[in-house]
Amino acid sequence: MTAKVAYSDVEVGTELPARSFPVDRAALVRYAGASGDFNPIHWNERFAREVGLPDVIAHGMFTMAEAIRVVTDWTGDPGAVVEYGVRFTRPVVVPDDGRGAVIEVSGKVAAKLDDHTVRVDLTATSAGQKVLGMSRAVVRLA
Amino acid sequence: MALDQTFVGRSYPPTAPYEVGREKIREFAEAVGDANPAYTDTEAAKALGHPDVIAPPTFVFSITFKAAGQVVEDPQLGLDYSRVVHGDQKFAYVRPVRAGDRLTVTSTIEAVKSMAGNDILDIRGEVHDEAGELVVTAWTKLVARAAGEA
Repeated sequence: MTAKVAYSDVEVGTELPARSFPVDRAALVRYAGASGDFNPIHWNERFAREVGLPDVIAHGMFTMAEAIRVVTDWTGDPGAVVEYGVRFTRPVVVPDDGRGAVIEVSGKVAAKLDDHTVRVDLTATSAGQKVLGMSRAVVRLA
Repeated sequence: MALDQTFVGRSYPPTAPYEVGREKIREFAEAVGDANPAYTDTEAAKALGHPDVIAPPTFVFSITFKAAGQVVEDPQLGLDYSRVVHGDQKFAYVRPVRAGDRLTVTSTIEAVKSMAGNDILDIRGEVHDEAGELVVTAWTKLVARAAGEA
């Protein structure tokens, strides 16, 4: 495990490079196949509306997978993630309009912990709304 | 109908081993658009100190969630899955999942609560490798919305 960021180089408040992750219907179909989660709310607009959703929504786990990339791209080594948790507060609605949706993710070091680890708090929004709550990762630095 | 509190602490038998394939990891990484070479290039993974390509952090959910199906579909528990949404998800990693792992999951009901007519179920999934070592623990919170709610 060799993260490319040194523990001694970060302070509480250090910001990680923010990222924008596009998501369209094709991405959701690919994710459904890769993850094995074929719930039709993630690809069938008629079904999604019937169960009271505004449109097809992204898998919460897709959003969770994108958000941690802000951390793994920063450290270089995805194996440096020690803990990662989120609350799914609001769905990412993915319209079939040729553009889809965008998930905006930023993160900053919230605490320096023992054993060269830090806690990173992540913020994920889509269409201006917060989509993940309590999104936190603990990562081991060099 | 509120879920039965006596299910708290109940564990289910370990699942049959899931063999983590390098092409499945590649497929998952491509599906989330993540080009980190640790997921696809053995040499790049080794340069980071891993014996083989590793899986993205959330990859293991597809294994633990399938295992949680034992709980969700337990007829004695009586959860109405058509009303279930995923509330929270958390992972604690001992080491990353990697190609060639043969993983089994033991699911335990950690908590059962009723709030405002919603049933809330916390399931802990402990993922072990073939040597019996803990690899990752996954906590999944499922919320079954009250009947009658949209």
